[in-house]
Amino acid sequence: MSLGLAIVIGAAFGFVLDRVGATNPNVIVGMLSLRRLALMKTILLAIGTGSILMFGGQMLGLVEVGHMSVKAAYAGVFIGGLMLGLGWAAAGYCPGTGVAAAATGRRDALFFIAGGLLGAAAYMATYPTWKASGLLDSVAGGKVTLGQVPGAAYEGILPVAGDLLGIALGLVFVVIAFVLPSQVVSGGTHALPAE
Amino acid sequence: MTWDWKIGGVLLGAVFFAAVLLVKPIGVSTQFVILDGIVADLVAPDFISQGNDGYTSTNAYMAKSGGAYARNAANPLNYSFVFVLAMAGGAFLSALLKGGIGRDERRLPAVWTSNFGDTPWKRYAVAFLGGFVVLYGARLAGGCTSGHMMSGMMQTSLSGYIFAAGAFLTAIPTALLMYREG
Repeated sequence: MSLGLAIVIGAAFGFVLDRVGATNPNVIVGMLSLRRLALMKTILLAIGTGSILMFGGQMLGLVEVGHMSVKAAYAGVFIGGLMLGLGWAAAGYCPGTGVAAAATGRRDALFFIAGGLLGAAAYMATYPTWKASGLLDSVAGGKVTLGQVPGAAYEGILPVAGDLLGIALGLVFVVIAFVLPSQVVSGGTHALPAE
Repeated sequence: MTWDWKIGGVLLGAVFFAAVLLVKPIGVSTQFVILDGIVADLVAPDFISQGNDGYTSTNAYMAKSGGAYARNAANPLNYSFVFVLAMAGGAFLSALLKGGIGRDERRLPAVWTSNFGDTPWKRYAVAFLGGFVVLYGARLAGGCTSGHMMSGMMQTSLSGYIFAAGAFLTAIPTALLMYREG
């Protein structure tokens, strides 16, 4: 695969992550404590936009369905999600934004990356235990999409056209992005005076 | 400085779309494993080996899926690894063009100072432990915020929804309990 594309798309991704505030732990904590939801609105709008463009493009024959890559569903996805959420809130970084934040000069992000490399190594060492536990075994069909996407290598859970469902859900994400208030829990912004 | 959420959301969505249009969905956390593999193979050269039918490793996780991770660690100039390096470059460029993030933020984020005072080493310890839990969890889940949540939910994949439910279930209470200010 083209390294040129890796450089262009990767650089665009890092640039946008920084400009939407995702590399800033103050913004991440503000979002996860429900005090400032602008980044949540950004994320919802991004998922919706991406979904509508991808499935719309597929229906027009402009986007290769084979470029989709759907990950398997298994119990460990939920357990791993719980763990990631804990560290995401405590550190204010996830894997991508941690690396991007370090590049913007944040010193704590370097510690996050070091911890991440050790955590990934710890998983590599304990992988056989997880494998033997059965928690990595597929549930609900494993690599599945919500609807049946025409021409895709993945099964659909629901007997509906997956591309149309993708566009409909994309629109739902966009609508939620617009109706979501920019603040749920009051107070706390750095712009406000201390209590 | 920070883009309005409407502009940011459309552009972020456009990047995720461009990735799946031109190559494949965006993902990051696997590359922590790849870098670990590169380092491990430098320290212990038999960690990754090449046989007649491709690459394998003494580590079962590196060797799984026909040695796909072992192959990428043995050949770091592959799409996914270069993508993450370029991502760092893009974020650096963004920070540079807006004149940097300031000395105080580089040292300690404001939200930390307002909750825990000027305690940089405590912050670095929390960031280190947080990184450990995040990457352990991401590898257990088979993806992170980029691969599962953004790319996954965008493709209507069931696993993306399961992952997002788990992540927000712990992230929101943790943020509320830990950071009372800010």
